[in-house]
Amino acid sequence: MFWLQYAAPQRLYGLAGRIYPLAFALAAALTAVGLYLGFWVAPADFQQGQAYRIIFVHVPASWMSMVIYVAMAFWAWLGLGFKTRVSGMMTQALAPTGALFCFLSLWTGALWGKPMWGAWWVWDARLTSELILLFLYLGYIALTRAIDDPHRADRAGAVVALVGVVNVPIIYFSVKWWNTLHQGASVSLTKSPSMAAVMLWAMLVMTLAFWAYAVGMAFYRVRQTILEREQDAAWVGELKEIAP
Amino acid sequence: MSWNSWEEFWDMGGYAVFVWGSYGVVFVGVAVELWLALRQRSMVLLALRRSREEAYAGDAP
Amino acid sequence: MSAHLRACAALLLRDLRSAARRPGDVATPLFFFVVVSALFPLAIGPELGTLRLIGPGIVWVGALLSSILAMHRLFAADLADGSLEQLALSPTPLGLLVAAKVLAHWLLTGAPLVLVAPLIAVQFDLSLNSTLVLVLALLLGTPVLSLIGAVGAALTLGLRGAELLLCLLVLPLYIPVLVFGAGAVQAQLGGLGAQAHVSVLLAILTVAAFLCPWAGSAALRIALE
Repeated sequence: MFWLQYAAPQRLYGLAGRIYPLAFALAAALTAVGLYLGFWVAPADFQQGQAYRIIFVHVPASWMSMVIYVAMAFWAWLGLGFKTRVSGMMTQALAPTGALFCFLSLWTGALWGKPMWGAWWVWDARLTSELILLFLYLGYIALTRAIDDPHRADRAGAVVALVGVVNVPIIYFSVKWWNTLHQGASVSLTKSPSMAAVMLWAMLVMTLAFWAYAVGMAFYRVRQTILEREQDAAWVGELKEIAP
Repeated sequence: MSWNSWEEFWDMGGYAVFVWGSYGVVFVGVAVELWLALRQRSMVLLALRRSREEAYAGDAP
Repeated sequence: MSAHLRACAALLLRDLRSAARRPGDVATPLFFFVVVSALFPLAIGPELGTLRLIGPGIVWVGALLSSILAMHRLFAADLADGSLEQLALSPTPLGLLVAAKVLAHWLLTGAPLVLVAPLIAVQFDLSLNSTLVLVLALLLGTPVLSLIGAVGAALTLGLRGAELLLCLLVLPLYIPVLVFGAGAVQAQLGGLGAQAHVSVLLAILTVAAFLCPWAGSAALRIALE
């Protein structure tokens, strides 16, 4: 299989080095387009005025925080199943961006919630599940940092990521149940049923921008992990970054 | 959406604190993450260069 | 087959006997549970209507915290004296042995909680029916806490700061048990009946009973390499 060659750290180092600049450039371009659409094309919302424009970062951050976690679980499963070393490195490289997006989702959600529904925080199913997802991310990062042996760190982290990804739907379901039972709050937290098409487009473009940024960050970070772990290999010593 | 002036844009219909508080933190978060990643790279490269110099220090000139 | 069961029974008895030699290990989480439950009324006020509302939640959070207090020690003693490696090498599947250790942990931690819960329920002026639902929910939920905690204990085995790391890893996973466990009592209080909640708790227990020993043994092998 063509892709299997990139399971070798040296090949991945080169591939990642070619990908991340393109990914960042794409992210920048998409951000420019998305923000232009969001601020200069999309009109003010009938109910929420200008405040709704927060969704152009809030929704992408939320979606990507979940997508990244699933991606981490995918790499974790690959690593445990095929025993490839780079899989654990990719899982670890993805985690910080996922955690950041999770935090941004909560922060922007609070700043959107306050003017709209009068409270900085509401215990609705999605926000609460997002908070728990942040705890899962932090747990993964804390565990992998606490283990000195990289091999054990990768594999223990992989177990955590897989256990977590199985639990995320369970947690979401239980929180949704809990929330609907306690529906004393009259806030309706679903978006207004008909969004102007341009708003949807701006949101999609921004989501792709966040995705491109996450890909760029992961590939950029994984290169450092590869260098640290493979430092005794001959090819590392001959890199032009190290041997001028 | 046509903004009548820059003041109107920055004011965001009275919601300036919320909108720019959101985008500001997103920008800061991304900037911090990028800076940390760049710093990690330069530290790793420095450490590898040093250990390579030490490895060759014992060789005859 | 019976050889494996004998091995598990031996492991279970060994854990129970060594706990009997150190009664403090068993008593401390229990006292913690009782004290924490008593602190909340003191902080919130003696109004019985309020206490009845928050009582189930507080009992459950207390149960969660006291379950997790000593969890990091589940495999630590065995690692220290080398018996953990013996267990991993034995012909009995490691998952079964993990299940035996989890059962021992529950008998020492969860079961006392279930027995003491009616006394705490009195503190919060819960009716007899509510107390029965609370006890049933705890009976189904506390084994899940031990099961999930065991996976966390295996993952953090021997690490610096394992106690806190364990909490961070495991508490988010406890949330469904908390939601349905406390929710069962609240549903009963609200007149809706707790059958649905109890069914979900039973389902969670069944799934956890199958998956956690297996995940725990995988994590132990990772830690032992």
